[in-house]
Amino acid sequence: MSRPTIELRPSAQPPVPRPRPIVQFFTRPQVIALALVLAVNWALFPGFFTITWQDGRLFGSLIDVLNRGAPVAILAIGMTAVIATKGVDLSVGAVMAIAGAVAAVMVTSGVSAPIAVLSALAVGLMCGLWNGFLVTILNIQPIIATLVLMVAGRGLAQLITEGYIVTFTDPVLIFIGTGAFLGLPMPVVIALALMLAATFIVRRTALGLLIEAVGVNRSAARFAGLSANGFLLIVYAFAGFCAAVAGLIVAGDIRGADANNAGLWLELDAILAVVIGGTSLLGGRFSIPMAVLGAVIIQAMNTGILISGFSPEFNLVVKSAVIIVILVLQSPISARLMQKRPNRSTSSSTGASE
Amino acid sequence: MNRSLRPLLATALIFVLAYALAVLQHPNMLSTRVLGNLLTDNAFLGIAAVGMTFVILSGGIDLSVGAVIGFTTVLVATLIMWLNLHPLLAFGIALAVATTFGAVMGAAIHYLKVPSFIVTLAGMFLARGAASVLSPDSIGISHPFFEAISKSYVLLPGGGRLTVVGMIMVAVFLAAILLAHRTRFGSNVYALGGSETSAALMGVPVARTTIAIYALSSGLSGLAGVVFSMYTSAGYSLNALGVELDAIAAVVIGGTLLTGGYGFVAGTFIGVMLQGLVQTYIVFDGTLSSWWTKIVVGVLLFMFILLQRLVFQAGSRRN
Repeated sequence: MSRPTIELRPSAQPPVPRPRPIVQFFTRPQVIALALVLAVNWALFPGFFTITWQDGRLFGSLIDVLNRGAPVAILAIGMTAVIATKGVDLSVGAVMAIAGAVAAVMVTSGVSAPIAVLSALAVGLMCGLWNGFLVTILNIQPIIATLVLMVAGRGLAQLITEGYIVTFTDPVLIFIGTGAFLGLPMPVVIALALMLAATFIVRRTALGLLIEAVGVNRSAARFAGLSANGFLLIVYAFAGFCAAVAGLIVAGDIRGADANNAGLWLELDAILAVVIGGTSLLGGRFSIPMAVLGAVIIQAMNTGILISGFSPEFNLVVKSAVIIVILVLQSPISARLMQKRPNRSTSSSTGASE
Repeated sequence: MNRSLRPLLATALIFVLAYALAVLQHPNMLSTRVLGNLLTDNAFLGIAAVGMTFVILSGGIDLSVGAVIGFTTVLVATLIMWLNLHPLLAFGIALAVATTFGAVMGAAIHYLKVPSFIVTLAGMFLARGAASVLSPDSIGISHPFFEAISKSYVLLPGGGRLTVVGMIMVAVFLAAILLAHRTRFGSNVYALGGSETSAALMGVPVARTTIAIYALSSGLSGLAGVVFSMYTSAGYSLNALGVELDAIAAVVIGGTLLTGGYGFVAGTFIGVMLQGLVQTYIVFDGTLSSWWTKIVVGVLLFMFILLQRLVFQAGSRRN
């Protein structure tokens, strides 16, 4: 009498060898796009990849790209979480101006730099909480709720600076914008640290999963026991915080607070970076490192146009062309075109988990 | 009284109240001169906001409005000054280009299934870039027909001037109200805004309507650009920077829901007039800096959104 055996039916095909994660990373469309942009830059300017070490810090076009792209990257870090909850934050540019204005005014009236920095960050957090309050308690659509602060925020910033561009000579603030740490420019260090910290918190704790759940289907999340309001407040406050950090960097860079121009239109670049990074505007799965990569792609494009000798007017045309290409690549039409190729991984998706 | 007209009435009431308050402080504001100027100064915003109303009614958004205005002014200036075309021909070409641009965006939104936010953002970059590639500097326009039009007006009782520009804006609003409420296209727009899936199941030609909506929006932005070039007698690529946000604010203040499916074109008119009123008040006051406009518009926007919330919550609770 044979023992009843549990028959494990093997799959009809041999197990598909999945590519190693590092290979998977380099075949992602964003990485390919970045490689293409860098290659074009190098073709236009052979010295693009040269990096020299001088006065204790690195110099080079590549470093410039990272440096100039740091504010947008920081904005994109905060924006990713907001977009993942099916929202959007149009006010980050204005919050940058407000934070820079607060820091500059405090520093020029004798307050110590650390307190000024902390106040600017606190103001950013409060602006973010205001946005979150509008979205959660008053149930206003995110695009309109943040539009209010976007419109009124610059006026507020100018109220703080009384219409002037407040310049300062405080060494701490200037170091934030233009200093160097371990050879890298401070903005890059700050952006990197923020990205690592945010990714760690979001992926090593349940926070990322919960934010995605709220974004994909808020009522389903509510039935599962999640209080959407808390998470929404957190993400909007975080976006405001990131905007304040970016505002401090920009103010330190020009050694002044320009309420009119600080962060002007940067919110659109940040949203673009997040979308290029693969996060859908309809909410759900998000990736902070990919959004930062998107910001780097945008800045590499900008730098490429500058060094190519094309007049800066072409900047916008090229940017729109790249967006269109990426949109077409990410659209369902090209997904359908890709699927026409025999793809083994789709047939083994019964058991494979993502 | 149709219950759905209530938010519109509330908006109109607030406008009248605001105007009354302003007149109390500055009695000179109660004149047809101010009203005539309100129409002329905000004509381009009004025309663009009409296009934006249709887009928002359908549940989308059009961020390229300001850029198309800027591009159109540069195109018109280039056609008149460098190619020596007659202004009317230049207007026609510019309108055709703008409408085609919008149609392409509408097609991209529908067929590529990309959110309108991103497509119109790309359109905005493209239009601004094309404008500055065409001419980085401002081009002044001097042509006898052009000058004749920009200077002609109808004299109103009380000394006010209803310029051609102002008349175009009023005509566009009247036509848009007819289009929205008396044509099948208008019903299709409202249906799309309510729910795209339901509309498709009902037999609304979604693709055609989407393309038409964005073509209309960009076409009207082109018209706004033509009007702007008449207003400033110049073409400049940085014209109308940020106008899309003012247009969205006007539409929201006018009572249109951003989710789509509900709203009135007449409300947008009031929204535009309110913004113009705030700016006129600041000019009359003389002591307030212009950046107070931004704060006041932001506060107004917030108040109107709250008002909408309350009105709709009250309405739904009754059900």
